[in-house]
Amino acid sequence: MTTTTEAEPQPRPATGRGDRVFQGLATAAGITILAALAAVFVFLAIEGVPGIGKPASSYRPLESFWPYVGRLLFGTVLAALVALVIAAPFALGIALFISHYAPRALAVPVAYVVDLLAAVPSVVFGLWGARVLGPHLVPVHAWLDEHAGWLPFFAGPGSVTGKTVLTAGTVLAIMILPIITAICREVFVQAPRLDEEAALALGATRWEMVRLSVFPYARSGIVSAVMLGLGRALGETMAVAMVLSASPVYTLNLISSTNPATIASNIASSFQEATPDKLAVLIATGLVLFVFTFAVNFAARAVVARSEQRLRR
Amino acid sequence: MTTTLEEAPPRRPLTMTAPRLPGWAPVLVGVLAVCGSGLLALLAGWGAVAVFALAVLGFLVALPLWSLAVEGQRSATDRLMTSLVWTASGVAVVPLAWLVLTVVRHGLPEVNASFLTFDMRNVVGDQQGGIYHAIIGTLLVTLAAAAISVPIGLFCAIYLVEYGKGKRLARWVTFLVDVMTGIPSIVAGLFALALFVLLFGPEIRLGFGGSVALSLLMVPIVVRSTEEMLRLVPDDLREASYALGVPKWRTIVKVVLPTSLGGIITGVMLATARVIGETAPLLVVAGKTDSVNVNLFGERMTTLPVYIYYQFTQPGTVPFDAPPGTEAPGIARAWGAALVLIAIVMALNLVARLVGRIFAPGTNQKKG
Amino acid sequence: MARSIDVSDLDIYYGDFLAVQGVNLTVRARSVTAFIGPSGCGKSTMLRSLNRMHEVIPGARVEGKVMVDGQSLYDPSIDPVAVRRQIGMVFQRPNPFPTMSIYDNVLAGNRLNSRRMKKAEADDVVERSLRRANLWAEVKDRLGRPGMGLSGGQQQRLCIARAIAVEPQVLLMDEPCSALDPISTSAIEDLIHELKADYTIVIVTHNMQQAARVSDDTGFFNLKAAGQPGHLVEFNATRKMFSNPDNAATEAYISGRFG
Repeated sequence: MTTTTEAEPQPRPATGRGDRVFQGLATAAGITILAALAAVFVFLAIEGVPGIGKPASSYRPLESFWPYVGRLLFGTVLAALVALVIAAPFALGIALFISHYAPRALAVPVAYVVDLLAAVPSVVFGLWGARVLGPHLVPVHAWLDEHAGWLPFFAGPGSVTGKTVLTAGTVLAIMILPIITAICREVFVQAPRLDEEAALALGATRWEMVRLSVFPYARSGIVSAVMLGLGRALGETMAVAMVLSASPVYTLNLISSTNPATIASNIASSFQEATPDKLAVLIATGLVLFVFTFAVNFAARAVVARSEQRLRR
Repeated sequence: MTTTLEEAPPRRPLTMTAPRLPGWAPVLVGVLAVCGSGLLALLAGWGAVAVFALAVLGFLVALPLWSLAVEGQRSATDRLMTSLVWTASGVAVVPLAWLVLTVVRHGLPEVNASFLTFDMRNVVGDQQGGIYHAIIGTLLVTLAAAAISVPIGLFCAIYLVEYGKGKRLARWVTFLVDVMTGIPSIVAGLFALALFVLLFGPEIRLGFGGSVALSLLMVPIVVRSTEEMLRLVPDDLREASYALGVPKWRTIVKVVLPTSLGGIITGVMLATARVIGETAPLLVVAGKTDSVNVNLFGERMTTLPVYIYYQFTQPGTVPFDAPPGTEAPGIARAWGAALVLIAIVMALNLVARLVGRIFAPGTNQKKG
Repeated sequence: MARSIDVSDLDIYYGDFLAVQGVNLTVRARSVTAFIGPSGCGKSTMLRSLNRMHEVIPGARVEGKVMVDGQSLYDPSIDPVAVRRQIGMVFQRPNPFPTMSIYDNVLAGNRLNSRRMKKAEADDVVERSLRRANLWAEVKDRLGRPGMGLSGGQQQRLCIARAIAVEPQVLLMDEPCSALDPISTSAIEDLIHELKADYTIVIVTHNMQQAARVSDDTGFFNLKAAGQPGHLVEFNATRKMFSNPDNAATEAYISGRFG
């Protein structure tokens, strides 16, 4: 371990026993992280893979694993995308507000409020979404059914309980707003002052300045922020489990009471009555969710890492 | 503006005056929008939310249009974007305020001494039940999670900052820590479940399993915040210590860590606040019980979030002689528990920020 | 194509802090005016108040008058965005837009002003501006390459080309050579000499030799004491300023006795 650092100026060779023990501990902690991630995958696989080939009764009302998980995955992606469509424009707006538009007296409190939103436990969001937001959104459902029913998303009939993908997506949107906002804000603030002044000195309006000298820097940051938000939304459990009343269907309809469940919410709500067979099936769906979110997060982080390298140049 | 020009007439007129809307234009449009939508609402009988939404929409349309007529397209675009940005930020405050107000309004009547000191053993219908067992469970599980995560996270951050510079392993660890922050909490729960089921059989449920799951979520947060704090320690300090002949590990323990202690504590507390509200993993691996259990390593253990979930899903029935509008006893208890949970989380956040501010690294040493 | 600027009783504030106090001066059309003085004396602030760029910093405001050819710059009817289009600016460090090619950098200002521009017309503007900035010969074969790929001196001339592409009336330069090597500096100074035939130029500089070389008039700014606002000590023809200044403090500064 100590032989690979010839490039780095060491104060003196780390030969003392204390040094070796300490470095060993630190390195072990680093390796633990890798081991933990690998363990997550391995243990889920050990317990979950048998869940793929259980008797048909474990997949009720369907008959085998892939159609079962397919519908759940569809619901997961649908709810997450709804959340993203709602959250992303708001997050961009708020981030811009904090970084470039707000008077200083307002920027700090708004940033604080958005951060606090991240601190609210998901189960409280679920409670609020199911008991308060859902019923309040019922008129919106009716309105969408009436006026936008020609779109497949709003085909209706509008739910009268508000327990729909639209409500769940709205709650998810509120939950992922802080992370998208925080990352966007950070990259917006990093846009070089000199470039902004160059744009302004050419006679750009504030919006043109943002377009000309903030967005070009922030593009990859925005992409990764949105993808990280997507990752959050994909894995969120409680809020969806408490808001949705689910059935295993493929439907784009966001406002009817017939909704697909998400993987995570399905695990939470089916878990209590699960037989050992069913448990293996649920763990297998969890494995699918893990792989899927891992891929999304991996891609998002890779985009960030690449752009960081580019900006450092 | 008529002035006498001494010099020859220029090739191009000096146009610094563009037609502009007066400074009070947004105010006027705002007032008109509110009045207009209010009037419409009176005629159609809509509620306050509709009035507000319509007023905002009216403002967003009217101001840019007026600007387009007077100031031209560029200013109109600018005004539209400015209005949109302000609107987005204004709307963002709504959910938090709404949520907190709701929780306080529904929860406050529930929270009293009995609620905090009773558990749910043998509680039927609307008898007095409480969250004592859930608070105990939450504290134990979270403390155990912190006890696992803090050493690992701390040492991992030390490795990344002090030992790992430029090594491939460190690059991978940094990257995977980032990826780890995105692990769905339910997956962490399933992992812990799979682990303990494999070790102890399919029926195993225990509080410590919850701690393992939570620490999987907590470690990356601790690593990230600690790493950031350690990087803020100026290299001069380290070099000064090396120059005195102090070995590297003592330098870290005696110089680097104390310098960044405040920030590290803040990070740990924020991480704790983040996992203390987690539901899904505990639902899966720690299970649910109605009575107090103080043994992390045996039997099921209820935590506050799980308590809220079960009260929500099994609320019981409203007594038939209750006044209309009364909520089911379970729902009422869920609101009460939600209030307590939010209070704990917010308190942790607040204290964390205070600690961070008190121990904030002196800015005088950062400026060169 | 060039304008004179009259400044009378100008005070510049950042919030409650008075940064520059009581400035009176006249910048003649088609000449180069230099602002010199020790750092922190407000000469850059002064320069930025001439095209309302100082407003970009929250809380900044001015009192007093700046008249550009008889129009008051701070009149409520004046649009600061239009002002900056007429009064161009070049900054301390070259700042071409990093994501744009050389070609697009030159055209950045024009693209803002008129959405549609014919290709031939755009080519024309690019060539003319780059020629004016003495950069055409060096970059004409790589107009599509990113502006950040040029050397520091070339980047700064690219920024000048970008500023004059919108055909401003006045060009403000905030220590344009402070980040450049001597050869690039002399290229920029030559350019300033040529540009003054068409533009009114105001330049802030740390370098007194540079002020003496390029300017026709010079203003010397100073602080009365640390923490006090900056003020204009003396404003005179450069030749007189550097040979026989009216003010003793000016002479002390120019002869290198302080600052």
